[in-house]
Amino acid sequence: MNQTPAYTTHHPRWYRTRVSTYWWSRKWAYFRFIVRELTSIAVAYFVVLTLMQIHALRQGAEAYAEFQEWLRRPFLITLNAISLFFVLYHAITWFNLAPKAIAARFRGKRIPDVLITASNYGAWLAVSAGLVWLLSGG
Amino acid sequence: MIRRSNEPFLWFLFSAGGVVAAFLMPALLFLNGLAFPLGWLTPSRYENTLILVKHPITRLLLFVMCSLPLFHWAHRFRFTLYDGLQIKHLNEVISFLCYGGAIGGTALAGYLLWNIP
Repeated sequence: MNQTPAYTTHHPRWYRTRVSTYWWSRKWAYFRFIVRELTSIAVAYFVVLTLMQIHALRQGAEAYAEFQEWLRRPFLITLNAISLFFVLYHAITWFNLAPKAIAARFRGKRIPDVLITASNYGAWLAVSAGLVWLLSGG
Repeated sequence: MIRRSNEPFLWFLFSAGGVVAAFLMPALLFLNGLAFPLGWLTPSRYENTLILVKHPITRLLLFVMCSLPLFHWAHRFRFTLYDGLQIKHLNEVISFLCYGGAIGGTALAGYLLWNIP
């Protein structure tokens, strides 16, 4: 649609009330929605961090140790703690919405939402535990 | 003639990236961002990490974990700007920067993971 229509006598202006840029701050549900939308920034940030880690790993043992030392800075710890909150928020809202996306049926009956959500959380827990087991240790 | 929209494909990438991010990122960010730097857990040694990352399956997983979530970000962030800041007149520029960033990040991930010395 044309954003700047030419107004003539025979083409009156559309009546549209301007929505405030801060519309999402009015209601708790709207605020949660925008927080969920902003989780994508943390997701992208984590990809950048991962690419930096792979780059350091390619450079050799010394560069990798330097990278690990860099992660110990209070600024990075704070940034990563905030990002972890957002990434967790993304995961939880994502799994809670899973039954809406997966309308699976078994013998003609729809599988209850609780079952789909629970199996997602179960798989998440298993994958997370596997990653901790794989990446930590002497 | 019907003009096909590429929105379903972009939404598919958004959705797939969301799944990958939800399953893998919390644990990895917890480990690399907090648990290892703060000494709650000990990371595996450089040599072992290198062997793990060099494995083709790990490299493929890392590539997927970098690429799809970037498209997830591109799609969601585009609409955050669209709805949140109401800058609809910049739609083309925003789309270009978001999806362009995702494509660039994917290319970089491919380059870094193609072969690890």
